[in-house]
Amino acid sequence: MLAARTKGGIAMKKPLLQVEGLKKHFVSQKGFSKRSKQIVKAVDGISFDIQAGETFGLVGESGCGKSTTGRMIMQMLEATEGTVTFDGRRMDTVSGQELKKARKDFQMIFQDPYASLNPRMTVRDIIAEPLIVHRLEEGKGIDQRVYELLDTVGLPKKAAERYPHEFSGGQRQRIGIARALAVKPKLIIADEPVSALDVSIQSQVLNLLKDLQDEFDLTYLFIAHDLSVVDFISDRIAVMYLGNIVEIGERDDVIQNPQHPYTKALLSAVPVPDPRAKRERIVLEGDLPSPSNPPSGCPFHTRCPFAWDRCKNEVPKLQRGKESSQLASCHLLDG
Amino acid sequence: MAEANVHMEEQKRVTPFQQFWSSFKKQKVSFAAGAFLLLLFIVAIIGPYIAPYEPNEPDYNQLLSGPSWQHLAGTDDFGRDIFSRILHGARISLAVGLSSVLLGAVVGTVFGVISGYFGKWIDSAIMRVMDVLLAFPGMLLAIGIIAILGPGLVNVVMAVAIFSVPVFARIIRSNTLAIKSTLYVEATQSIGSSHWRTIWKHIFPGTVSTLIVYFTMRIGSAILIAAGLSFLGLGADPSTPEWGAMLSNGRSYLNNAPHVTFFPGLAIFLTVLAFNLLGDGLRDALDPKIRE
Repeated sequence: MLAARTKGGIAMKKPLLQVEGLKKHFVSQKGFSKRSKQIVKAVDGISFDIQAGETFGLVGESGCGKSTTGRMIMQMLEATEGTVTFDGRRMDTVSGQELKKARKDFQMIFQDPYASLNPRMTVRDIIAEPLIVHRLEEGKGIDQRVYELLDTVGLPKKAAERYPHEFSGGQRQRIGIARALAVKPKLIIADEPVSALDVSIQSQVLNLLKDLQDEFDLTYLFIAHDLSVVDFISDRIAVMYLGNIVEIGERDDVIQNPQHPYTKALLSAVPVPDPRAKRERIVLEGDLPSPSNPPSGCPFHTRCPFAWDRCKNEVPKLQRGKESSQLASCHLLDG
Repeated sequence: MAEANVHMEEQKRVTPFQQFWSSFKKQKVSFAAGAFLLLLFIVAIIGPYIAPYEPNEPDYNQLLSGPSWQHLAGTDDFGRDIFSRILHGARISLAVGLSSVLLGAVVGTVFGVISGYFGKWIDSAIMRVMDVLLAFPGMLLAIGIIAILGPGLVNVVMAVAIFSVPVFARIIRSNTLAIKSTLYVEATQSIGSSHWRTIWKHIFPGTVSTLIVYFTMRIGSAILIAAGLSFLGLGADPSTPEWGAMLSNGRSYLNNAPHVTFFPGLAIFLTVLAFNLLGDGLRDALDPKIRE
């Protein structure tokens, strides 16, 4: 799968994050013999750029490799192949103290606000940790900054003395956001930050993220499986399927005029708040194929309602359709 | 900024300790065991001052006499007051039990955390050594170590410590593995925390509750092993008022003066039982999985 790159809207600006041909293959050995090795292609060669100040939505169903991508960008998982360039610097080659210093500029918000906060630490200690690790504040300054951050995410000062279990899911996610903001990062990778929350709380947290972006000039890589959430927050969207990006482009183009059959199917599954609205639902048949044994040709051909012979044999490249400005990897676009 | 739809009810703050205390208080039996041990600790400290007789003061008019108001637990073959000797012995038994398990727990925890956290060959190397130590029956290992180090109370402490190490290493390693895979450890690493910080601030605090439980339970068996070694003549000097040595001393008079073995035996039995019961209660109070 050759990498196709979007140049985004603003071509002269250097992107904040460049991902090129990123791959992650997990090798699992079953039994003793070397032959029974299984290779799980969690991420299979994806490329994209994120411009400073934008929100890039990465969407796909569970198991498509979107979280693995996030972890590789965070340098918490080593990429099998490909490069990650952050702010003009190759991140996949730095390590040790250099990497520790670099981590100040990119932080992560985790999916599960119950598991991502140490239950034995007070909120003060949790939020102060990045400040201490990067020696940003000392003594009284730490307390001051913790209160400031709590205020920023809309939590009262007295929350500092409490333990995570005393908070609700939404409040905990705010604590996680405050921790990520503590080091004043440039990029925040939000790995399904609202999918564990009630719908009513989701919008609060999403609005908070939007406000914070304006206030602190943040760039987001927003990972989610919920298209309506991604639609709400993103400037650009990439749709992932089985370790590949199948469609990538400006939010409005992808949402209003989807080109890839998979994107169309995903969009048709988004509930519309009008019981009388008539719409066509594309129901995908079958399960997601196993990434250890991906289909030949187009990875989507096993479930695609429009698949024909060519799809089984030839891998489609990301390309611009005649009536669209975004890129999609589908043979139908050849016309 | 970001208007918060957040209510923080004015509830009473519950620290983890208060939470532990309120659930521990409900465990009546272990609470009683804890009270008994507290009493024993006080006896260990002030015992020599409240004992009616000197532990090695012979009374040749009262050899092997049974319990009476004069000698609450009777006298042994030299006419020494058994009750006074037990009071003196409390200090020795508790000191041996505590110090040996403390030593074993510290070393075992260091090994366990390093093993679980760093994994790979470090893990294999440490755990294979621990497996070898675990393969010996505890008593046999202790006897073997005494055979190398020579008899004496200090060496008993060393022997019991060495055979406690693999027990702690193993349990703390599995705890470390579990905590290492949690999201909050991943989060702290993504922040840029060093290994040392991750271990000290996140992994170790997570093992403390297990550590407390095992520490308590091991003291019981450490006291038992130490008494056993003294019984075999490998530990305390026979003249020392050590409970195991006293048992051994009374062995020859089991038929005509059973009280010489009965009372030190009772002391060992109650102490070990109390430590085990306390350990059980602590586990129930500390383990969040059982607590729910």
